[in-house]
Parts: sequence; structure tokens; C-alpha cells
Amino acid sequence: MSSRRSRSRPSSGVSRISEDQIIDLVSKLQQLIPEIRNRRSDKVSASKVLQETCNYIRSLRREVDDLSDRLSELLASTDSNSAQAAIIRSLLME
Amino acid sequence: MTSVHPNSTTTTRFARRFLISLSRMRRPITLGPPSDEEVCRRTRRIKLAAYSSMARAVGSRRAWSRALLLKVRNRVRFQGILRNRFLASKKKRVIKRNKASGEMNKTDMLRKLVPGGETMDICGLLEETAHYMASLATQVKVMQSIVDQYSK
Repeated sequence: MSSRRSRSRPSSGVSRISEDQIIDLVSKLQQLIPEIRNRRSDKVSASKVLQETCNYIRSLRREVDDLSDRLSELLASTDSNSAQAAIIRSLLME
Repeated sequence: MTSVHPNSTTTTRFARRFLISLSRMRRPITLGPPSDEEVCRRTRRIKLAAYSSMARAVGSRRAWSRALLLKVRNRVRFQGILRNRFLASKKKRVIKRNKASGEMNKTDMLRKLVPGGETMDICGLLEETAHYMASLATQVKVMQSIVDQYSK
């Protein structure tokens, strides 16, 4: 896989993408993913990092869905006064 | 690569925009509990507000936020009529080019998940992914704390 990457395709105007650049970026991604970061193993293949990245993004999106659901319910159930109060409280928290 | 974690300014900007969008979603005057359809519609609006607010807070600095804002704007404007015909054909050309050079399937999966990922080169894609992931995590964190505030 890596040897193929270093021979970049002859695209016009795009500089050669070096293998080192890609390795660097993949390792930076690695640091961001909780799954891999917590496992503390240095030897993680790029394929695994990409897989975990996809899984992580999907799980984050699912969380956004769930939280949107809950917010929708909360907005419906609370009256406008306490809703405004909650919002003001949140703004002050920042 | 500069730090990908959203700074406190971006987080605050997102929180404010999102909260303002929420406060604009007033409960309809109709009596009784809202119908399932109303709840569904509101959920969709909240979700859209969350993603838009984050993209606006990030601004035009990143390719993913630009792509997301474009998508939101086009969805509002065209409602599926034109469906970005030009971009669709550009996408097909780029995807063909990428497939020819033997990109992995996982990379293609990632391209679908990151806004604007279809037309990026691998380096750009990885950079944008890192920033997008960090912003999503922040978005979730803020939304969770808003839910907690509401539940008090």
C-alpha cells in the first residue's frame, strides 16, 4: 500500500504527495480517536486508523441525532419561560 | 498541521448561534401535545441548526465547513430540483481518477463521511477529517451540556 502511494499520479499542478506526509497525518488522526488513544499501542496500521476514524465519525453523528431528539422533546415539554431561562443559563455558563 | 481542536472562540460562537436557533423554535400555539410529525420536523430543524451553527462558527477557514454551508444553502434554495448537477459530474470525474490509482475502500468511506471529501486529495482529506472530527466532538459536548441545563 505505502509503495503505491509514493508514486503519485501525474495530476496537473498538484505537488507530489509524499509518503511521509500521509504517515504524519494518519498518526495525527490516531491521536484524536479515543478508541486508539486509550489503548496506548503505538503500532496501529493506517487501515485500522481509517476504520476507527469512520466508526468514530459515525458514532458522533449518531450522538448528534440522539441529542437533537432529546432537545426536541425538551423544547416541546417545557414552557417558553423555563426554556428561555435554560438558554440564558447556558449562555452565562460560557 | 495547526491544532485541530476548536478554540474557545469557535466553541462559544457555536454555542451562541445554536442557542439562538433553539430559542427561535417556538412551540406552536395549538393545544395539546405536539403530533409525531411536528416533533420529527423540529428534530430535523434542530439537527440542521446544530450542523449549520458549527460550520458557521468555523467559518470559511476549512474546506469541510465551506462544503457543509454550501450544501445547506443549496438544500434551502433548490430543494432537490437542480441537485448540484455540475458538482455531481465533477465528483464522478474525481472518483474515477482516484479509483484508477488504487485508493483503499476505507478512504472512499471516509470521503463520504466528511463534507466535501469527495473532491479532496488524500492529504487534504486527512487534514479535514481531523478538524471535522474535533469539531463534531465539541458539537456533541455543547449539545449535551445544553440538554443537561434544560433538564435542571
